Amino acid sequence: MRPVPELFTRNEGGGIGTRLHRQLRLTLADLCDQLEHLLTTEHASSDPALARLSPAAYPDDPIQELEFERLLGDELTTGRLSSLRAMRESVNEPVLDEDLSLAWLRTLNDLRLVLGTRLGVTQDDGQDHLEDDAPMAAGFDLYVLLGHVQQELLLAIDPDAREPEDLDLE
Amino acid sequence: MSIAPAEVDRPDVAGRDATAPDVPWVVIVWNDPVNLMTYVTWVFQRLFGFPRAHATKLMLDVHLRGRAVVASGPRERCESDVARLHAYGLWATMQQDR
Repeated sequence: MRPVPELFTRNEGGGIGTRLHRQLRLTLADLCDQLEHLLTTEHASSDPALARLSPAAYPDDPIQELEFERLLGDELTTGRLSSLRAMRESVNEPVLDEDLSLAWLRTLNDLRLVLGTRLGVTQDDGQDHLEDDAPMAAGFDLYVLLGHVQQELLLAIDPDAREPEDLDLE
Repeated sequence: MSIAPAEVDRPDVAGRDATAPDVPWVVIVWNDPVNLMTYVTWVFQRLFGFPRAHATKLMLDVHLRGRAVVASGPRERCESDVARLHAYGLWATMQQDR
């Protein structure tokens, strides 16, 4: 027997080692490509997943919100694209430096937000009842997998980032 | 006779002066079913420099009560904080703390 390998390890130099299966790397690369396509061709006004990535700062004030988007909207999208392209280009790298590991962390979160919106995830505990629909079930498996990958990466970046033990979960 | 334009009341097109200037603004983070609790706590620590215990308390407020005020101050600073939270995928809004 052997222990379950960690997906990410913190190296002595501060880099993050990646131990991902080739198939998982291919999947992540494909998801990055899909997110890039979404961010460069769709708009938050017509796509709920993009709306989740760029929520209204002023939900009750459309005029203020337009001004906020004018001032800061492009910067937000540019930052997202920059992170996902950095992850896409380093998806096969065995070691990530700090900037790259943060780009991965943010992009993994963006991918989960988009996928979670597409799947209609509504429950905090992830126990959403999906219709008996194979494509949706596959999407949900992917969503759960991405959550696992993101959590493992976060723990490699910050080993203290564990869930508090005295959580009062309903 | 002056060629300077007459002083007129400019219409408040952008609406940016329509708010009470002295009332401070607050940044609110709302609960959502996707973001991981560990990640949200980490983002609070990273963006605001909060000690871990305080970041955890704010995360639990978001998780259990549905929302938490994470920052307050002048409007421009709050807009910047909201944008930084959006960049990390958190669902943040701002309003005046009336």
